[in-house]
Amino acid sequence: MRLAIETVRLVDPAADMDRVGGLYLADGRIVGVGAMPAGFVADRRIDGRGLIAAPGLIDLCARMREPGTDGALRVEMRAALAGGVTGVVCPPDTDPPLDEPGLVRMLRQRSREAAGARLYPLGALTAGLKGEALAQMCTLAEVGCVAFAQTGALPDQRGALLNALRYARTFDLPVWLRPVDATLASEGVAGEGAVAGRLGLPAVPTVAETVALHTIFELQRATGRAPVRIHLCRLSTAAGIELLRAARNEGLPVTADVSILHVHGVDADIGHFDSNWRLDPPLRTARDRAAIRAALADGTIDAICSDHAPVALEDKLLPFGEAGVGASGLETLLSLVLDWAQSENIPLLRALDRVTRAPARVLGEDTGTLLVGRKADVVLFDSAERWKVDDGALLSFGKNTPYLGSELAGRVRVTIVGGEIRFERAAAEASA
Amino acid sequence: MVNPQLNADGELHHLLSLDGLPRSIIERILSTADSFISVGSREVKSVPLLRGRSVFNLFFENSTRTRTTFEIAAKRLSADVFNLNIAASSAAKGESLLDTINNLTAMQADLFVVRHSQGGAPHLIAGHVAPHVHVINAGDGRHSHPTQGLLDLYTIRHYKRDFSALSVAIVGDILHSRVARSDLHALLAVGVPDVRAVGPLTLLPDGLEALGVRLFTSLEQGLRGADVVIMLRLQNERMGGALLPSASEYFRKYGLTPEALRTAKPDCIVMHPGPMNRGVEIDSRVADGSHSVILPQVTFGIAVRMAVMSIAASSTRFR
Repeated sequence: MRLAIETVRLVDPAADMDRVGGLYLADGRIVGVGAMPAGFVADRRIDGRGLIAAPGLIDLCARMREPGTDGALRVEMRAALAGGVTGVVCPPDTDPPLDEPGLVRMLRQRSREAAGARLYPLGALTAGLKGEALAQMCTLAEVGCVAFAQTGALPDQRGALLNALRYARTFDLPVWLRPVDATLASEGVAGEGAVAGRLGLPAVPTVAETVALHTIFELQRATGRAPVRIHLCRLSTAAGIELLRAARNEGLPVTADVSILHVHGVDADIGHFDSNWRLDPPLRTARDRAAIRAALADGTIDAICSDHAPVALEDKLLPFGEAGVGASGLETLLSLVLDWAQSENIPLLRALDRVTRAPARVLGEDTGTLLVGRKADVVLFDSAERWKVDDGALLSFGKNTPYLGSELAGRVRVTIVGGEIRFERAAAEASA
Repeated sequence: MVNPQLNADGELHHLLSLDGLPRSIIERILSTADSFISVGSREVKSVPLLRGRSVFNLFFENSTRTRTTFEIAAKRLSADVFNLNIAASSAAKGESLLDTINNLTAMQADLFVVRHSQGGAPHLIAGHVAPHVHVINAGDGRHSHPTQGLLDLYTIRHYKRDFSALSVAIVGDILHSRVARSDLHALLAVGVPDVRAVGPLTLLPDGLEALGVRLFTSLEQGLRGADVVIMLRLQNERMGGALLPSASEYFRKYGLTPEALRTAKPDCIVMHPGPMNRGVEIDSRVADGSHSVILPQVTFGIAVRMAVMSIAASSTRFR
């Protein structure tokens, strides 16, 4: 398949490029940017006028519900493509957890069959994610795990955690951690502050994050002069971001992400117990959100993820504290990133960096760019087209998004993975 | 944000929380309650306002006292009352919660009185009942107990007449108390100028100062010059845990004794939502003493609940 996308606005953060030109793909790779390469004969031409071509989005956390629900991966992969996401990192908190090579092989096989986005599985850091015994990290890495994660709070057994970090360091395997101290987070369901106080919801204090970060950095230092590489998942507090900044200045090899919902939402959005805002970490104050936005702007936080978590409707139709946790996010990620960029006056190049080049770097992948010679993972979208987020529009099993019923700008038209068009959506009928 | 308690005309349709409830509605409830006070002392203790209507008491969490006062209130309004005690374990599924509501609505319920261990459960139910059905929150988690807040307000108004120059101290486990939250919103809504929360730092929630509440960790200072003292029940499970070392130490620091009450105004009133832990948060000499208005609270509670039910039930058009 030789594909020519012509007269399109090319936006590639890795190349610092934002200009109109052509994009030429052949044999799964990008073969030309700007002008058509000599002798290129396209099998298909796409008129890119009015559209943006960018590297496909790389989502550092999307739960595909498999293993656990047969057939779910295929559905969620469609949702990923519909959201312009060409790479998804799957956390290991599946059912059962991804701590066995056989499970990872099966997942990758199903992913190939689903022909969706590229799959980047995270292996469990500890057997069964129990925080006690080490998982077979080397074996899991050999079958395709890109890093090793403890998905919930930090294990209570800090000795086991230190050993896991040292073992991972031995083989230069990156470790992904959630900075949450379980005993401090306790039974909390909302961020500490006036809103939790007013609603009487048990709160997760800020110190649950900062104490965990102090612990993580201390244990990281204890892995040696060239410490283990750590990626911090879902930072949520201003105080936590300050600790991250200090750790980076010190030279610790640490990267971090934040969920797009924490770029937008604050605790007051919970309103009258809206369970679609029941998230983990919980929404925090406007001050924390401002710190998250500042840290994204200056690069202290590397990447934005969707933190996609499809939840059945009946599990959200519960009182806030009992409701299922998380939000469906693959299909709203791009629109919400554009919304953030617009509201903060951030250039498109810089905004897209947080969902393309930056997450690719966290993964150590050479995707997330339109450079000639790289894998042809591309999204083509109309940044102005508005769409309504509703049950019918969302392909994911999860209709649980706080944006349900809202109108967002930015609609994906074509998603290309490895040079192959895997998703295509016609332009809206009523074009303005 | 739309207030889920009001209909399109701004009338009370559900009573879920006092947070954000307009002062005009609160005052209407209080004045309507006035007219019901005498009903209880008459030979025929009922008025026909809710004749033919069905009131379902849905208690997902046990409470004989509150359920009984709602039952009495509904019967005095001539409603048909049905009591359902639904043992809600923490594992109970909301599926069954809403299924229960749908089933009961199909039985032609007009008004649900809901108590639930989870904050927001009455909001969830109110969001899913048929448009003509009303929901009254009888206590949800740590969030709200609006009829208690209103009856406390009624009691204060009865004894103090005017809210505009009062100092009111709420003492005890504010963090876990839905009564405290409702009282605070009620007092602030009607313009009480000095609202205080008194307790150890382990039992004071975030954000009170932002609402305009003054915080005190010393009982003596918190009670100084107070016109009204509202004592909160200390749940047994809080004692001897990570929040408080023991009941006896709590009593020494925060128990309301005649000596402790000395810094308050000489004509102060002492309130308690009940049931009381004598010797834990309150000394019997105070509970049974001349300042105590704890029993009148119960009497007023019935009139206030009648007022709430009759006002909500008279709102029919919903958005």
